[in-house]
Amino acid sequence: MTSVSNVDTRPHPRVAAPPTAAGFDWFLALALVACGAAVVRALFFTPADAMLGDVQKLFYVHVPAAIAGLYIGCGLLAVCSLVYLWVKDDRLDRLAESSAEVSLLCMTVVLTTGPIWGRSSWGTWWVWDARLTSTLFLWFLVLSYLVLRGAVEQPETRARLSAVMGSLAALLVPFIHLTVYLFRSQHPSPIVIRPEALTSPSLPPEMAATFGLSATAFILLFFAMLRLRYRLATATAARNAMEHG
Amino acid sequence: MSATPLSYRSPGFVADAWRLAKKDLLIEFRTRSAFLAACVFALLSVAIFRFTWDATAVPAMDLAPAVLWVIFTFSGLLGLNRSFAVEQADRAMDALLASPMSREAVFAGKALANLVFVVAVQALALPALALFFGLPVGSGWWGVVAIVLLAAIGLSAVGTLFAAVASNTRLAEMLLPMLALPFFVPLIIPAAQASVILLNGRPMADAANWLKILLAFDIVFTAACTVAFPYTLEE
Repeated sequence: MTSVSNVDTRPHPRVAAPPTAAGFDWFLALALVACGAAVVRALFFTPADAMLGDVQKLFYVHVPAAIAGLYIGCGLLAVCSLVYLWVKDDRLDRLAESSAEVSLLCMTVVLTTGPIWGRSSWGTWWVWDARLTSTLFLWFLVLSYLVLRGAVEQPETRARLSAVMGSLAALLVPFIHLTVYLFRSQHPSPIVIRPEALTSPSLPPEMAATFGLSATAFILLFFAMLRLRYRLATATAARNAMEHG
Repeated sequence: MSATPLSYRSPGFVADAWRLAKKDLLIEFRTRSAFLAACVFALLSVAIFRFTWDATAVPAMDLAPAVLWVIFTFSGLLGLNRSFAVEQADRAMDALLASPMSREAVFAGKALANLVFVVAVQALALPALALFFGLPVGSGWWGVVAIVLLAAIGLSAVGTLFAAVASNTRLAEMLLPMLALPFFVPLIIPAAQASVILLNGRPMADAANWLKILLAFDIVFTAACTVAFPYTLEE
């Protein structure tokens, strides 16, 4: 039942100590206040786009959520999965699980705000454009990763199998992007993250400031939720260890 | 198979893989359970698609590649499910792992048997598709056969790995499509695009980019799945 060949003797907390009663989560509170400030600034103190109108303000949620969920979250998931296969540390498995869940949430935000913007700017809710399709398939991948985790009882097996899937998914993403890119691309090309943006900013200063604030707020919120979810994973592992010996 | 003396040494990767593939195919040949199911599924699908299709609105050539790749994907999954279910009975998997065969060879053997299975089903599905959809028979078909072979290699490699993963879970067969289908995306998109080009009588060179992606997928994922497979077994 339990592993014999691979018992790890290194002094990492294989059975995590039960976390102490958590006090007030300052990190989460700070992130929430920052998000609130970003929303207020975006709605009331930032001019609307001349061409796109008020709907352009979704950009202050859409792009930060994409940065947090797609790049940071999925990146963490891929790296933790690969390294887990190598060092077999439970903490990496819990981090992978946590980032998968928080990323799925962020990607859901991206995939909901995107069509609302697209409806008014492109005139259609959904197009099979390269970026949209890649994001949708990545969303499916992370979802099936989480379903796989739910389908295995034994913690060591669960960690191993999901790490295999996470590592292969990291290889898959470039392929998905390449194939869907060969279809016509309709998405506005990234206007914030690109090399020349440093010298010739493409956003007016007021919008750039709002974007900077909302990106910071969202990334803070991402890490606050990740931390919370990681603590839950540690607590669950500790409880299971106590219940099953 | 004959009993293995203690001094037995594994004859090598290819021979081991071939022996395991032969064992799986022999079981399949004698029981014909999954193969018959997949063939009937393929033929029924062609027939059902024919009745959902308005021939006056959509030309056969526009629909046929879609039908081909839908059948390819789902009949492939039918065979993959059986790949490790066979070893679960009587805990045959434990015996397989206790044998001197390397785990990479186990993977190669399983994937090879699945490849033969998928290709055999397609050998029936392709003519059925051409017959029921009244497709013109021309030289483009050799290209389509080549694409089916390339896609079958990728599908067998990735599918075998996820069949092994799924066989270790509570949901087993139900989980396989969910795990494997996202991985088939960069396989089915180029294969479908390339077969549309070839079936419309355009030259192979027009499909070169798609074929390159297919080939790259086969190489990368056959290698990656061979490396990853031992991690799905470790006890």
